Amino acid sequence: MGLVIASVFFSLPFIVNPIKAGFESFPKSLIEASYALGKSRWQTLLRVILPNIKPSLLTGVIMAFAHTIGEFGVVLMIGGSIPGETRTASIAIFGEVEALNYANANFYSAILFVISFAILFLLNTINRKAFKTFS
Amino acid sequence: MIKVKAQKKLITSHGPINLNVDFQILDQELITLFGPSGGGKTTILRMIAGLTDPDEGFIQVGEEVWFDSEKKINKPIQERQISFVFQEYNLFPNMTVLENLQYALKDKKDTAMIAELLEMVHLTQLKNRKPETLSGGQKQRVALIRALLRKPKIFLLDEPLSSLDLELRLKLQDEIHIIYNRFKIPTIFVTHDLSEVFKLSNRILILEQGKIVRSGRPGEIFGEDNLSGKFKFVGTILELQKDNFLIIVTVQIGANVTKVVATEEEAHNWVVGDRVIVMSKAFNPIILKV
Repeated sequence: MGLVIASVFFSLPFIVNPIKAGFESFPKSLIEASYALGKSRWQTLLRVILPNIKPSLLTGVIMAFAHTIGEFGVVLMIGGSIPGETRTASIAIFGEVEALNYANANFYSAILFVISFAILFLLNTINRKAFKTFS
Repeated sequence: MIKVKAQKKLITSHGPINLNVDFQILDQELITLFGPSGGGKTTILRMIAGLTDPDEGFIQVGEEVWFDSEKKINKPIQERQISFVFQEYNLFPNMTVLENLQYALKDKKDTAMIAELLEMVHLTQLKNRKPETLSGGQKQRVALIRALLRKPKIFLLDEPLSSLDLELRLKLQDEIHIIYNRFKIPTIFVTHDLSEVFKLSNRILILEQGKIVRSGRPGEIFGEDNLSGKFKFVGTILELQKDNFLIIVTVQIGANVTKVVATEEEAHNWVVGDRVIVMSKAFNPIILKV
């Protein structure tokens, strides 16, 4: 539990930054257009701003996820590394390298590589599709 | 009746100006705000809409006071029944044409009005398209009718046609005229295109450096009433060329360039960039500065 909270704190900047950038780059004139149609701030946020900054939201979520998957320092400091519970891939790799068990370390690394590559690939595909509806 | 009295210090690209206006709009009147850019035209619209606060002033629409700096009244934009049409369309990219229009509706069941307006601007076929697939003219038509769905007490148009080419602009001017005649809502039209002023407005306010320097009917302002021309066009001088005793004046009228002769006496205070009326009396074209 503590580990989850710590991870949330640690990954927060990764999700906040893309979303903040999304909000900042969102044209102010569209917000004014929504107000001019009599819509409140909430309605504008939910029906105009959020649907149009989906790419940023998605980037934020996936960045945070990808970052957490490779987590190392936070886990070592707080959760330790209980096998089957709190041991993350990067700590497993570290452990195998320490034990000079390079075959296993390579194997784990390959898994981590494939997972992160798949996530980034997915992110790009979805983003490109989502961007089509924008601009 | 709409009363606007407002004062605000503005920082423009030509330095600070003191915007200070006081004017009224009668019911069913279409007025144009005309003048060089940076004169405060858009700011006046934004102050009426509630997007910008005047430093001091008073804005009353019908019986409702929207802004009063003395009594500290400042209604938020959502509570002011306005229609605002922006220069850059501002359609929501995540919604189709129809969804954009429905978003503007207060009463979701009022679909008859959407159908009528779509028909009026010939967009019924395109109602399920996303804005990005529309042309500039089509986008601005959607923006126009979307603004009207709010059943406004005042219709504010901020250079709505300036990013369109001439042909489309003329077409949309006609459509704005039709829409205006259908609803008869008091309208303020900001423009720097003289043909729009002549074609659309009942009255014109000329704004320079934050002050209304002249107002009246377009004919009065540009002094064409006492001339009996067979044809009349407003244009801009592109070139003045001396040829013996005559001056050959090249004038751009809309997308066309034409040459007219004038005497040295007539042309002595004309410079390139001046707005002129070119007209013909029976046979010979005459050219006059406006």
